[in-house]
Amino acid sequence: MTRYYTEDHEWIEVDGDAATVGITDYAQSQLGDIVFAEVPATGATLKKGGDAAVVESVKAASDVYAPVSGTVTEGNDALEGDPALVNSDPEGEGWFFKLTLSDTSELDSLMDAIAYKAFVDGL
Amino acid sequence: MSALNQSGWKPEMTEECRHDVKTYTGNKALMLEEPLIFEIGNNATTGVDLAESPEVALRLNNLERNRDIGLPGLSEPEAVRHYTRLSRQNYAIDLGFFPLGSCTMKHNPRLNEKVARMAGFADVHPMQPVETVQGALAVINELAVWLIKLTGMHGVAMTPKAGAHGELCGILAIKAALEARGDERRVILVPESAHGTNPASAAFAGFSVENIPATSEGRVNLDALKARLGPDVAGVMITNPNTCGLFERDMKAISDAVHAAGGYVYCDGANFNAIVGRVRPGDLGIDAMHINLHKTFSTPHGGGGPGSGPVVLSEALSPYGPLPFTERHVDGYYTLVEEETAGERHPHSFGRMTAFHGQMGMFTRALAYIMSHGADGLRQVAEDAVLNANYILRSLEDVLDAPFAHSGPCMHEALFSDDGLAEGFSTLDIAKGLIDEGYHPMTVYFPLVVHGAMLVEPTETESKATLDQFIGALRSVAQRAKAGDTSLKSAPHYAPRRRLDETQAARKPVLVWREPEQAVAAE
Amino acid sequence: MRYLPLTHTDRQAMLGIIGAKTIDDLFVDVPAEAQLDGPIHGLPNHASEMAVERHFSDLARKNMAASHHPFFLGAGAYKHHVPASVDHIIQRGEFLTAYTPYQPEIAQGTLQMLFEFQTQVARLLGCDVANASMYDGSTACWEAIGMAGRVTKRTKAILSSGLHPHYISVAKTMAKYTGDTLDTALPELSAKTDSERLLAAIDDETSCVVVQYPDILGRIEDISVLSAKAHEHGALLIAVVTEPVALGAIKAPGDMGADIVVGEGQSIGVGLQFGGPYVGLFACKEKFVRQMPGRLCGETVDAEGKRGFVLTLSTREQHIRREKATSNICTNSGLCALAFSVHMTLLGEKGLRGLASLNHALAVQMADRLTQIPGVELVNDSFFNEFTLHLPKEARPIVRALADKKILGGVSLGRLYPGVDALKNGLLVAVTEVVTTEDVEAFAVALQEVLA
Repeated sequence: MTRYYTEDHEWIEVDGDAATVGITDYAQSQLGDIVFAEVPATGATLKKGGDAAVVESVKAASDVYAPVSGTVTEGNDALEGDPALVNSDPEGEGWFFKLTLSDTSELDSLMDAIAYKAFVDGL
Repeated sequence: MSALNQSGWKPEMTEECRHDVKTYTGNKALMLEEPLIFEIGNNATTGVDLAESPEVALRLNNLERNRDIGLPGLSEPEAVRHYTRLSRQNYAIDLGFFPLGSCTMKHNPRLNEKVARMAGFADVHPMQPVETVQGALAVINELAVWLIKLTGMHGVAMTPKAGAHGELCGILAIKAALEARGDERRVILVPESAHGTNPASAAFAGFSVENIPATSEGRVNLDALKARLGPDVAGVMITNPNTCGLFERDMKAISDAVHAAGGYVYCDGANFNAIVGRVRPGDLGIDAMHINLHKTFSTPHGGGGPGSGPVVLSEALSPYGPLPFTERHVDGYYTLVEEETAGERHPHSFGRMTAFHGQMGMFTRALAYIMSHGADGLRQVAEDAVLNANYILRSLEDVLDAPFAHSGPCMHEALFSDDGLAEGFSTLDIAKGLIDEGYHPMTVYFPLVVHGAMLVEPTETESKATLDQFIGALRSVAQRAKAGDTSLKSAPHYAPRRRLDETQAARKPVLVWREPEQAVAAE
Repeated sequence: MRYLPLTHTDRQAMLGIIGAKTIDDLFVDVPAEAQLDGPIHGLPNHASEMAVERHFSDLARKNMAASHHPFFLGAGAYKHHVPASVDHIIQRGEFLTAYTPYQPEIAQGTLQMLFEFQTQVARLLGCDVANASMYDGSTACWEAIGMAGRVTKRTKAILSSGLHPHYISVAKTMAKYTGDTLDTALPELSAKTDSERLLAAIDDETSCVVVQYPDILGRIEDISVLSAKAHEHGALLIAVVTEPVALGAIKAPGDMGADIVVGEGQSIGVGLQFGGPYVGLFACKEKFVRQMPGRLCGETVDAEGKRGFVLTLSTREQHIRREKATSNICTNSGLCALAFSVHMTLLGEKGLRGLASLNHALAVQMADRLTQIPGVELVNDSFFNEFTLHLPKEARPIVRALADKKILGGVSLGRLYPGVDALKNGLLVAVTEVVTTEDVEAFAVALQEVLA
């Protein structure tokens, strides 16, 4: 399993052509207290860079983009009742959705953990 | 010696007197706690007396509402007290200085309230035959004439219910004008500093919204705008004076460029108060501009509305304005142009935006205000509003960062940022500190283009003494924030409530009151 | 210039501190060619309070006020008695001259009132939640259609022919720009509504069905069949109430399955005001709350644990979402919501039910009296406080003739549906608690005369 990152602060953990997506710890710290998250429906087709989910804090609303193209296999329903999971465990229990990748070569443009850390440090 | 008359005794101030004493009621003298009507009222109490209903056979199609609705009643004295006690937990212009930028919280004259309540205006029905409402139509028409002349425009749509509704009206007129010439332009350009309603209105009408960058001076970047213009651009939405409190010097050039490229110019007139009587937007090439009557023309804000947002229109856009509207005939008789006569009188209208004729109750108030000031007074309004704002800007720029102070005089509002405060201190702390000083805070975190923005709009109805005291208070709070005074982080200390937990409110929204047992069951 | 506190001396002193010689120095950014050199020509200068008041008194006298004459107009705006204390409370400066409660620590009065209003509205309409109000009923109705589109991700709305024609016009204006399609029809002068047409039109593309209750002709119909069919197809049922007093007598739309219930709240507390400002009511099922337009007030606690109220779920709104907001609406109708809430608190359940019962009984008596006039027929089988008469002649000139006799005798369907021959003999008559026995008799006699 390999974890990649985007410049929009999503992470994606890939296992073959299956992947899990969420927002990074840096992203949640910038948003502050998360009050709402809307995840995509199972079966939805996502395009790399397109809107995939919504995350809201008290004063800000952000779109979560699809790091790669694919078909959603599961949304994290736990976020509906407990959006604070995104704050407490953004890169674990606070995941947003799982998908099947349609083009694994799209991963090539993403960052690894070291590159992402350098990216965040440069912000 | 006779017994002492103790009614004039001198209070003895001991140490205990200075402590916060916990009271049985939770009240603190004049600061009174008030339960909800659902906790003090009941279904059997009413504050009205009604005639007995005559006995009749019901014709309700067997749909009688038999179950309890759950609407508690209060007797009249209880109701008056409930709402009076609630009212005392509000800040208001009547109580003090309210420098909320972009909102123009000026004094609301009571004459306006009085005339709006005359039975001939307050107690007429919107569908009465026009011959029975000639005076009401005259008010709409007289106000329309004032608005047209004050703005130097061609026509005015009176029905929009508020500023954002007016924006929509202007955008729909632009869309209709484009459709009439078979032009499918899809892009509206909006500066980053715009009110959030601008992009929302444009998006509603199916336009895609693109940002225009600003110059370091805080004005629209004319070159960038010109570079973006083209056959796909339907128009621009520009606030002038802008939300940084500056006049868009290049407004005429912007309009000319947009027109030359085949687009239209929408002006957000939220800040018209700064220029009323001194500048006519029509002279700057504007095609449509809404006027918030509750800002420039002093109809009360009422704790969040009702507003009123008439839209002045250029000759190019007037044919597309909404229905209905009033027409004055040479003999002084007024008629209404509605769907019935629109085909003949106003065939290109984009249609109706609201059920009736707009915010009549706001028209009477605004017209009373306008007539009271007259052409000379309105000009003085703009001048005093701008003078007051510059006085605040120049009196505070040494202690607060003023990002555009170098750009020249401001218009009716002074913009500051949170740059230079101690680590961990922000605009929010300054705002909450001002509450303890007895002020309503300025607008905070808007416009978005300035970090930790503080937008101070004093308006013309404040005296120099009021401004001087406010300047002293803001200076003191700013100095505390720079010095890292932690008591500011927990301000306000003296308001009816301390800082409220907005996270809890949004995570588990409680939007209606439920009986305690129901509330538990709903968890 | 009684509203301007600065004196000449103040202005000079302030200019000095700013470092400007004259006020013109502060307007240097306005291009010279756009500067006016003095007050705008052709407009009068300032006027005294007395002069302005006199002007308005003169204009007011040219209108026939509802309270001065026998009055029977409705069609979406109703004349009810508003207790004197309502106006007293809304004129308190702390409510009248406050702004939107963005600083909740010093706006608990407005916020608690809005929380109470939301609860009253939700209960009255039979829904889980309500917002802090909209501009008016017609704009609330359109916003509900837009919201149904967001919830169902479909664009076809089916509108009952019993929906107020102006509400339909507003929806048509908006739909032109959003790409929604509206299935509409004209009503018939009949006791039967077009619910069969609506039922037949519902399919898997339908976003919502919009039905008015009681409808524009005053008819009352059980809407549970419509809600069942709509739900079967994944569509929403929107109910529109233009006379909320009716819900003190008849079942709430929410209790019959409506997903969104909107209304015009003007009847309670607000008054006629020639059409505005009014107050739009907006309520729905809890599960749709994040798709709702408008402001919402919610309960929370402060730093000391005390109950307090804030505006919440504001990420739906334009100042954060900008072009992705649920609606472009920024203001609500705060002071009218306060008037509604105060009046509703004075009424309470007992008063509202008494008021509704009285309205209905007087309307029944009025209908019975008017149908004694030769040639006058009652269209409705059912009604609350407003019904439609079928006159033997075109109704619009009759209304004018009645006005000549100083009677404001209802709204003609010719005014509401200009150019529709089949409806032109229809007259809508509303009867509320303000109507006296003498008013009824005066109207009946006058109507018989003008019909003769």
